[in-house]
Order: sequence, then structure tokens, then C-alpha cells
Amino acid sequence: MQNQLTVKNLFKKYENKPLLAGVSFTVKEGETICLLGRSGSGKSTILRIIAGIEQPESGEVFWNQQNMKDIPVHQRNFGFMFQDYALFPHMNVFENVAFGLRMQNLPAETIREKVDAILRKVKMEQFSHRNVQDLSGGEQQRVALARAFAPEPKLMMLDEPLGALDRTLKEQLMDEIRFILHESNIPAIYVTHDQEEAFTIADRLVLLHDGQVVQDAPPEEIYLYPHSSWVAEFLGLSNLMVGKILSVEPLWVETPLGNLKIERQKVNRLQTGDSVTVLLRPDSLMIDDKEINVFPVKIKDQIYLGDQWKVKMMIGQYDFIFYTSAALKSTNFQHVSLNPKKINIFLDAK
Amino acid sequence: MNKFKKFVQLVGLFFLFALPFLYLLFFYFQPLFATFEMAFQATVIEKISTSWNLIKRPIYFTFWQASLSTILTGIIGFPAAFMLAKFRFWGKSFLRLLITIPFIMPTVVVAAGFNALLGSKGWINLLLQSLFSLDHAPLQIMNTLGAILLAHVFYNSTVFIRVVSGAWSQLDPKLDYAAQSLGSPPWKVWLQITLPLLKPAIFSAIILVFLFNFTSFAVILLLGGPKFSTIEVEIYVQALQLFNLPLAGLLSAIQLLFTLVLSILNMRLTHIKTVQLTPRNPDVIVQPVRGWKQHLFVISMNALLIGLFVLPLLALLFRSVILIETKLVSQEITNYYRFSLIYYQELFLNRRQSLFYVPPVAAILNSLYFGFITVGIALLLGFLAARIISIRNFLGKILDPVLMLPLGTSAVTLGLGFVLVFNKPPLEVNTFPLLIPVAHSLVAIPFVVRILQPALLSFPKELIFASQTMGASSWRSFWRIEFPIISRAFISAALFAFTISMGEFGATTFLARPEYPTIPIAIYRYLSQPGGLNYGQAMAMSTILMIICTLSIYSIEKLKTPVINEF
Repeated sequence: MQNQLTVKNLFKKYENKPLLAGVSFTVKEGETICLLGRSGSGKSTILRIIAGIEQPESGEVFWNQQNMKDIPVHQRNFGFMFQDYALFPHMNVFENVAFGLRMQNLPAETIREKVDAILRKVKMEQFSHRNVQDLSGGEQQRVALARAFAPEPKLMMLDEPLGALDRTLKEQLMDEIRFILHESNIPAIYVTHDQEEAFTIADRLVLLHDGQVVQDAPPEEIYLYPHSSWVAEFLGLSNLMVGKILSVEPLWVETPLGNLKIERQKVNRLQTGDSVTVLLRPDSLMIDDKEINVFPVKIKDQIYLGDQWKVKMMIGQYDFIFYTSAALKSTNFQHVSLNPKKINIFLDAK
Repeated sequence: MNKFKKFVQLVGLFFLFALPFLYLLFFYFQPLFATFEMAFQATVIEKISTSWNLIKRPIYFTFWQASLSTILTGIIGFPAAFMLAKFRFWGKSFLRLLITIPFIMPTVVVAAGFNALLGSKGWINLLLQSLFSLDHAPLQIMNTLGAILLAHVFYNSTVFIRVVSGAWSQLDPKLDYAAQSLGSPPWKVWLQITLPLLKPAIFSAIILVFLFNFTSFAVILLLGGPKFSTIEVEIYVQALQLFNLPLAGLLSAIQLLFTLVLSILNMRLTHIKTVQLTPRNPDVIVQPVRGWKQHLFVISMNALLIGLFVLPLLALLFRSVILIETKLVSQEITNYYRFSLIYYQELFLNRRQSLFYVPPVAAILNSLYFGFITVGIALLLGFLAARIISIRNFLGKILDPVLMLPLGTSAVTLGLGFVLVFNKPPLEVNTFPLLIPVAHSLVAIPFVVRILQPALLSFPKELIFASQTMGASSWRSFWRIEFPIISRAFISAALFAFTISMGEFGATTFLARPEYPTIPIAIYRYLSQPGGLNYGQAMAMSTILMIICTLSIYSIEKLKTPVINEF
């Protein structure tokens, strides 16, 4: 049977406001999932509940079929890496990493071998006898990673492990963490509010909003088919407006810009007259092909970004941002068309 | 002409800032060296073996009582520190305020409080007597080691609690979780993570508490009675009763040596502590009380602390306003209790058999008068010193540790030094009462500096530059810009200095003339005399002092300057 963590219907209040309102998801063997959401969305609380540090008001955590409710933190064998690392300040690097192995009462020689091996893996073998307080942020991060991995936990939890680092270091460590997680084959839950991190590390994303899972899917699917305008906005897709369905087959939507032809969506149960939110994807702009969804636009700015152009424009009264492979010819007024395949609609319009 | 004016200004400024140095040199170091001279006489000129025989008992006893008191303090303080660092419960802020009270409550008040609670005329004895119809007090705790220990625990558990719970609340709870998630059961987390990380704070608290117990004076004198003599009490006895000044000097030197060693140890430990712990918001760590075990712990701990800190003070208050009349009714002695302000009224009368040549209320006026002078001296010199230290130049680096020296010098040593040096007119202890506020200010200045300096440091210099670009002179920009902003610290410092002066006992015993008693001196004299009226007046006087000090502490807490945590 496959090892698997199941989180079922967690509820938790924080200062009398609901923080988690029925959160469920699973993690399978060898899989890395990312809990992604704004700060305060309860991501870290979910990790703490799984670890056993906090108790939910209701809901359960299962490892395989076993309910973890009455198993104390130190018997769960779930690894936890904290945002500011929580390295033991009175122990050196070696002692920090060895701590979990010592708790298993392994012979000293085995402990030494294992610690050396894992320190080599995180490229910290030279630092074995250093005081942890003398390490830089990135070095501390590596020690924390090694310490959490050393006892070979059944499940790994990482709570914003790169949150305190600067950008360059972050990018470098992101790749390393991804490699170590996949190589070890240990199922992992990675908590972050940073999209880029989540997309880099995760096999699957679990998006949290208002105490609930709003979408649970691989990164590509989430990006191409966001479930709601909240998800779209969270991902930075900002070309949003309201509309109304004129016909379902073929799909035509009335918008403040005019009527839009849209390719069939993954959204089911569309009916004529439904209010919808329309998302023009950033790559939906077609410069040469001007047969369908043609609108007069006013170009406000074009910014060269190296591999593409960022184009700011007004269609009617509305501001939009698109990315194109080449600059638009006119710098003022012209007509453009919008690709019907690159427009999403959501049934969550207010 | 302009150049000359500048020169005069510069010289004036130099003398202004030299004032704290000169003051310390004249009023602190001069007496201190006189004390050393006496110690030298006692060891070299007279035979050291004779001296040693006279002082070895007080030295042994000092260590014995200080160690016992420290252990007891730890036993009470440790669980209390744990509770304050870890739990959120109803009435916690009240408990916190309560814990600051003993910190500044004068020793005479505490002694009087314990007397009112446990003494032979105290409430518990009165209660036991009426319950079991006894004709004498069954509980004889006054003038025993027990009374001394109890008062020391009252005083110092607050120090212990503050230091240890402070460090504890800085301890990242994630370390605990990390250890658990690595497979460590809770008891191992305690042994391997929590205790090792708290170790510097615990040691530091133990040293501080030991130091305070070691230099305790009024508690031993007032609660221990004539049987017990510590180094401090022996200095007092040798100097003022037996007039053996060399021996008193020797004791002072020994005393000073030990305090110095302990202070240096403590400084090293607090240094380690600040390196080890990263500051964080204590609110993250506190948890609500859960389960019957935790409830039982928090409730009984609260009861114990409130009992320890509140009962003596309440006993004092009630003892001062309730008159007890004993009547013989059908062969049985019965006590009648009634509310009365007679003890307070007595304070205004100048009776023939009174202990003083003046009505007792004069002691209150004296104390107020000395208090205000102390505040004046301490604020002026403390401000100048804080300024010098804030500039962080060569002078500041010398002044900073030097200023703290009077704190490590016991009040009795200070008093002895004054008696040794200031024995010729015009500066003569017997004719110049202003030496009392001078001694008080030496104790108060370090506190004033510790309050003012952080305020001065945190003051944005840009505001001064801005006001000067708009044409304000440096004097005016101090007075109109800087002072209003840091005045909160000034008020706090003034209150602190005032409270110290009101309660100071050790040095004052050496300096106060019979006709110029201060409140603590008057209380001491009342307590050492027999008779219900004297006892009642001691209670009334102590209550007045207690109320003054409580108001000060409350205001200082409200002003939220960082001093109480620092001492």
C-alpha cells in the first residue's frame, strides 16, 4: 500500500475568527505539494496541526489509515523546518543535525556517518564544528534542512523555508531543495506565499483562501485554468472585467468592451444570461490576425523586457496589460484582436 | 571679542560636565578611601588575628543566611517565572504590577508589614489567640532566622521572577517544537533545550539575589533582632555602638570585595545571555491555561504570590487603622477591635514621653524635604552624566562603569565613609543635615542615568538640527524641543530618585541626628520600643510611606520607561 497523508475537513478559529473552514487534501508518496496563499490564510497552522503542535477544533489527520489525533509530536516522525530555522543556539552544526538521530539512540558511529553524509549533501561538511550563530542566513537554512532530513522522517514539512533570504540566494536554494526533496522520495508539504517558489518546487499546488482550498491541481493546470477570479488575481492575472453570456454554443459574452467570442471553457453548466468574470490572458493579444474580437485600442506604453514586450493599453475606458513577442507598430491608436482561446470566464461575478 | 565669548562658553561647559565627576570624587571616592584607610589600620596596625576573631561570626552568618534565602527564593521564583512566561490568565497584568511593588518598597515598610502579620502583636497571632483563648502569642517568628528568610524571599523572588521570566519569554517556542518533531519527548526537551538556554539567566538571577541578600541590612536589624549579625549589621554596630571604626572599615572592605566579584560575574553572565537569545514578542509564547493540572498550578501559584506580596502590606494597612482594646470580661481576656485614626493623630502630637524632641510628623516633613533635594541633585547630575555617556567619547566610557559603583556599595558602607570623612565644620555629619540627601543622591544617580540615557540616545538628533537651522540657540532647542519630548523619562527618573530617598535606611542611620529623623528612621525607633502606642505609630508611619511608594511605582509603570527591568 502506498504511503499517504490525508487531511480531512480541518476547522480552526483564531481570535474568534474562522481561520480554517474545512480544509482537506492528501499527499502521496514521493510527492511535493505546496500550500500557497496570502499571509494569514492559515497555511502554517495546517502544518502545525499535522505536526501535532496545535490541535484543530474539528477534523482529522491520517497517516495511511491511522488517525494521528493521540500521537504526540515526538512520536510522529514528521520532519519540520521552521521559517527562521529554530536552530538550537547552544549546539554547533554537528550537534544540531545529530539531535534527531540521538533521539533514536543510534550508536555514535552511525550518527557520525549519517550526519557527515547529510552535511555533504547540503554542502556544509566544512562547517560541522561551527557555532550556528556565526552562520549566514543561507548557511543556517542548509543546516536546518539537514537537521530535518537527518532522522529520515516519513513526511517533511517546510514552513516558508526561504522567507528570510534575499532573492539571489533564494533562487539558488530553491533548486537545491527541489532536488533534495525529489531525490529522497519523502512526501513533502511546502508552505509559501511566494508564487515563484511554489511553481518551482511543487508537483501539485493547494491554493488557500478564506480558510478553504480554492484549487488543488498541478501548477500548469492552475495557471491555464484558474478556478475563480480570486485565483486569477492571486496569480497576477489582472485583465479582469464583468460580462454576461449571450449564447452558449458558440460562446459569446457581452462585455463593457463589446461582444467577445470565446472558445469553449472547462467551466460547466453555462447558461445564457449568466453573469461572469472575463479574464483576458496576458498573451491573448494578436497583432496581425484581425478577424475576430477586433477592438480599437489606445497604446499608453510599451516596455522592452528582453524576451518580450509589456504593452499597456486602453480598450474603451479600461486599462489592460499584455505581453507580446514584438512591439506594436503604432504608438497611438490602432486595432488589435483578442485570441478566443486565451480568454477565461468564471461564474463568480458579483 | 567673539573669540573670548566662545572661550568662556567652552570653559563653562567643561565645568558643567565636570560636575558629576567632581561630585563622585568628593562624596563617593573620598569616603570610600577613608574606609579603606580604616581597613588598613585594622589589618596592619592592629593584629589581624584579633580582628578576624571579632568578625568571623558575622561573615559566616552572612553567607549562611544569604545562601538559604537564595535557595528559598529560587524555589518560589522558578515556578512563578515559568507561569508568567508561559501562560495567559486573568489578572496577569495585576500580578505583574504586584511584582514590581517589593522592588522599590522600603525595607522598613516590609519589616513593619511582616511584623503586622506575624509579630507578637500581629494579625495571625491575634487570630490564634482569640481562636484558642491563649494569653500569649503562640507564633514567635520575630527575631528568628525564619523572619529574615521570609522577608528576603518577599524581596528577592520578584528579582528572580523578573530576570528568569524575562529570559524565558524570549525563548523561541519553535526550538521546543523543533526538538519534539525530531523525536525528543517533552522531558528531554526540558533537559537538553530549555534548561541549557535558561542557564545564564538563572545564574544571573541567583547571583543578583545572593548579592541583595548578602548586603541586606534593615531586614536583619528589624526582623532578626540582636541575636543575628551580618557583615552589614556588624559595620553598624562596630561603628555606631562600639566606636571601633577600624574594624567597621575592615568589614566594609570585605563587603565591597565580595560585591565587586559578584557584580563582575553577573555582568559576564548577562553578556552571554544577550548573545544567545534573539528578542521576540512575548505574546507569541503565552498560551491559555488548559486542563485541570495547569489550572491547579496557576491558581495555587497566584495564591502563593498574592499571599506573599499582598498579605504583609494589607496587614500593615489594617493594623494602622484598627485599634485593639483588651478587656477582662468574666475572667476572660477579650480583644475588641474598632476603626480608629488615633495612631495617625498621635503623629501630630509632641508628647513628653515621645522618642523625639519634635512631633513625629516632622519626620515626614524631613523626608519630603530631603526627597526633593535628592531629586534636584540626582536629576541635574544624572542628566549631565547621561549626556556625557550618550556622546560615547573617552569620558563617557570612564563615567559609565564608575557611576554604577555606588550601586554596588552598600548603604552602610556609604554611611560609614561619610562619618569618617565629614567630621569637621562646615561639612559635619552632626551639624549639616544636607549630607543625608547627598548620600541619597549617590544611590539615586545610577538609576536616573539608566532611565535618562536610553531616552537621550533614542532622541532623533535631526530635530535639534532642524530647530537650529530655524535659528534656535542650543539652549533654546534643548528647552523647547528635546526636553518636552524626553520629559516623560525625566518624570520617571524624578519619581525613582524620590522613592529611593523616601525609603533609604542604611546610610541614613549613620547620618540622621535625633532631631532630624526621616520616616524610615522614625519607624525603626518606634518598632524597637515597647508599647502599643509606639507599635501603632510605627504602623501608621509605615502605611504612609507604603502609600507614597506605591503611588510612585504605579506612576513609573504607567510611564513605561525601561528602568525596572534593568536595575
